Formats: sequence, C-alpha cells, structure tokens
Amino acid sequence: MQLRRILYGVIAVFILAILAGFAWTWRPAIAPLAANEKPAADKQAISHGAELAAIGNCADCHTTPGGTAYTGGRAIPTPFGTIYSSNLTPDRDTGIGAWPEEAFRRAMRDGVDREGRQLYPAFPYDHFTKATGEDIHALYAFLMSRPAVKNTIPANALDFPFNYRPIVAGWKVLFLNRASLEPDRSKSAEWNRGRYLVEGLGHCGACHTPRNALGAEKKGSAYAGGVTEGWYAPPLNSTIVAAHKWTVDQLAEFLATGWHEMHGAAAGPMADVAKNLSEASHQDVRAIATYIASLSSDAQAGAMPLQDKAPANASPEVVAIYNGACAKCHNDRHAVGPSKALPLSLSTAVRQADSGNAVRVILHGIQSYRESGGPYMPAFDGMLSDEQIAAVADYVRARYSSQPQWTDAKTQIAKARQQGAQP
Amino acid sequence: MTIALKVNGKSHDISADPSTPLLYVLRNELGLHGPKFGCGLGQCGACTVHVDGRATFSCILPLAAIGNREITTTEGLMENGKPNKLQQAFIDEEAAQCGYCISGMVMRAQALLKVKPNPTEAEIRNHMRPNLCRCGTHAAILRAIRRAAAA
Repeated sequence: MQLRRILYGVIAVFILAILAGFAWTWRPAIAPLAANEKPAADKQAISHGAELAAIGNCADCHTTPGGTAYTGGRAIPTPFGTIYSSNLTPDRDTGIGAWPEEAFRRAMRDGVDREGRQLYPAFPYDHFTKATGEDIHALYAFLMSRPAVKNTIPANALDFPFNYRPIVAGWKVLFLNRASLEPDRSKSAEWNRGRYLVEGLGHCGACHTPRNALGAEKKGSAYAGGVTEGWYAPPLNSTIVAAHKWTVDQLAEFLATGWHEMHGAAAGPMADVAKNLSEASHQDVRAIATYIASLSSDAQAGAMPLQDKAPANASPEVVAIYNGACAKCHNDRHAVGPSKALPLSLSTAVRQADSGNAVRVILHGIQSYRESGGPYMPAFDGMLSDEQIAAVADYVRARYSSQPQWTDAKTQIAKARQQGAQP
Repeated sequence: MTIALKVNGKSHDISADPSTPLLYVLRNELGLHGPKFGCGLGQCGACTVHVDGRATFSCILPLAAIGNREITTTEGLMENGKPNKLQQAFIDEEAAQCGYCISGMVMRAQALLKVKPNPTEAEIRNHMRPNLCRCGTHAAILRAIRRAAAA
C-alpha cells in the first residue's frame, strides 16, 4: 500500500513536471455560435463532406451499434480504458451545434475541443492534421447539416493517470506531427491523391500500424499490422500475409465491395470500412487502392505456398465437423464456393500468425453484407462448443497453411467473447 | 457409426456418417418434416431447430458436433397434440403464404420468447434476422410473434 502511494506520488510529480513544461500547449475556449446562428448551407460542400465522412469512417466510431449515425456514445476500448465517442450532430448541448468552424478545424488539427479541453488521440487527429482546410470545411458543412440529436455521452472510464486530460498535451509534443503532406512529384496524381486520403482522413494506419506503449503509431513500422477491437488488421507493407500480392484492381474491388475472390471478405471493423467506401467515389477508392498497393510492391508474392494437406493427427470428430459444417461452402474445389466462401488456403485469417481473426469469424460469422448479396458466413457461436471451434480452427490451420500450428485458439475465443459480438 | 440422439424428448440410435447434417437425419430417418431444407448453407433458416433450447441451423450442424444436447423440432412444441401458443398465433395471423419458412420462423421466435417473454419490437426484429421468408410475409410473422408475446 505504502509503496503504491509512493509510486503514485512519483507519477504525480512527474506529470506536474511535464505539465509545467508544456504549459504553452494550453488552448483557450472558442466562443460558441449564437443560439440562432447557423453556418450557411453550402450544398456542394455538404455533399463533398458526406463523401469525405465515408472515407474517414467517422460514423463507425461516432455511432453506437444500431444507433443513429453520428450521435456518438460508442464505447471505444483502448489499453488505457474505455473512451466514449462524442456526438457529432449539431445539437447545441450534447453535440457540436455551438461550434464555429474554427473550433471544428482546431479539433481536427490540434485535438482540442471548443472549450479548450485536450481530446484523446483515439480521435485520430494525428492523421487529420493532413486534411486540407477545404476538406475540413466540407466535413464541417456536412456534419452541421445533419439533424441535431440530443445524446448525452457517458464519461470516459480511463485508468489513472490517463483520465487526466492535460496529459494529452505531453503526448502531442512527443507524437503529433502537424506537418502537411507535400506531393511526391515522382509519383502519379492518383498515387498522391491516394496517399492524401490514406494518411489523412482515411487514417488507415490507425488500425494497420502497430502502436507503442503510449498508444502512438510506431513510425518505423508503418503499416506492419495492428490490432483493433481484438481483430488483427493485417500488414499492408511488404510483410503482407496475403496468399497473392494485392493488385490495384483487386484492392479497389475489395475496398468498394468488401470482397475479392483471391483475398476473401472484409470482416470485423473492416466490413464497416468497406461499407463506407462503397459510398465514396470510384476515383477516390481507386486512388486509395493505388497508394495501398504501392506499400507492398516489393513483397514476396506467394512467399507462403498454397496448400491443402489432410493433417495426419486430426481427430475423426473434427474432420466430421469440418466436412459437415465448413465444407458446405468452403468446398475444397479450389474455387469460390456458395456464399462467396473462399478456398481457405487463400484466407489471410488462416495464414496470419495468431488465430484471432479466424476464431472471431467462426464465432460471429460474416453478417455485414446480407442486404447487398455480398459474402456471408453463419455464426457458429453456440452451434459448436468452444472446444469444437478451437479444434476446427487448428484443423484448418494445419490443413490449409504451411505455417506453425496455433496455440492460442482457446484464449482468443475467451477474449472474443469478452469483447462481445462484432458485425 | 451409431450415434445417440435425443429428439423431442425421445432417444434414438442413428446409424449414419458423423458428418451428416442433423437436418437430413430429422427428415429422412425420423420422419420429422417440420424443419425444411432451404439453402443447405445456413443462409435462410428454414431448417431452424432448437439445440438445448437455442435456435440453430440444422442443415450445417453435423451429428458429430451435437454430443448429448437435446433437439426440439416444431413437432416437439405441440402441447397435448395441439399447436402451442406461438404456433396458434402464427395460424391466427395467417402468417404462412407458401409456408416453407414457417417452421424455422416458429422455432427461431420460440427461442426468444423462452428467455424473453415480452420482447421489444427491436429485440424481435434483431432476433429474427437470420430467418428469411421469400413470400414476404414478414409483417404477419412479426404480428404473430407479438400476439404470442402479449397473450
């Protein structure tokens, strides 16, 4: 107890020292809009902003499952505790209705709210610094044109000392790069447009780049793969685990539809991204695909050979379950099966180092595309026992990849259950 | 291979390959024609039965996975040879058009009412999502579930 108190004391002194050092990061409140004041409706900016909001996936974090878009309140799990996303509708009391554009721009670029409070970098302003003033204007115009919905957001549940907002000022000194992106003249306009969207509003690195102990993206490991809400966001750089190297065409189709016959379905949080990108313009999706494909252009294609070898030590029970349940769609004819089921040797979930995504897909299925005729997989949670799901995952790994066996399937199932159902 | 199955309260010894989907055994071996073969892929829900009270697609549930869990089909919901409250509500609301999905719909809905006798509209709709009706009688199906819940 005594030791813990001393430790807290030391931490507190340390924080105070940081605070004193960064007192200059204090930001004043920005005067609210008058009660009857509304930004002028600019139709072109509003529709442009709607497209940018789709590319930025704003609604994913700022909407509760089944809730009204942009009303916030979704619990965002972080290693430091739970953060609740804010209400982005123009309600004056609980949303951004009193925010002048200047306050919105400051939030996007500096991570400070209208009242001058530090915002946690779960809100990826470390990417939004790259957005142009014009695009921020469009986003603001779009959000302010939405119907105002009163929705009071629960208080964050963060561990000490992270519950102390001013600490974020120190984080920014260490990790926030406010420099804008200079176009790379040696690359095509499409590539540069893609880089602008990916590095900026699209904030792909927020999931696909691993984070350090303080929750910042590791700049030396850009796009080396990260973890979001328990799902593994696979690498986009030369360490891709995909069976085939991604081409621009394949990526563009995957991003716009959530599926490609050589790579499979976007599941977990990526399903929402694909849904949003289906609303973005064809040109922007292609630009994003162009840039993302370039990140892995020096990857060893097919570094991991495709395989299908029946594991010698598989129990008859797991073989029967695989044949009676999985093989109805994953029909082992080295072609896409019913429900757009992939030959499993092509699946990134089967080829990646841990079983996290595989067991999550088996538990929850793929349900996001039911209305659009896209890929589908039934949820096996409860239909199969946890032991059976773990055994099936291990069997699939042994049969369809040449990688070392997984040892974590049961732990991953327990974790997935704690985190609750995903779309 | 012989596999012991408990269906609608009765025990059966089934001689079948352990990868055989439960649905095939229910219909072909046990003559229970309530559950239907729709897609055979766990997409439509026409095959829905209860496995230990939980609504489950029987077309993709291999015998090997069942263990000692108890199976209930729509035949097993009958009380004293008569439709139970929910089944009667489906009849009263004329929820069936071609009727192919109805057994699955009843089983899916019954699983909800068992744990939640008075579900909200949103809970009903969310719970029923896995089951499809191609005639489009969803509105009548929802009415039937509401009627059974209120009764």
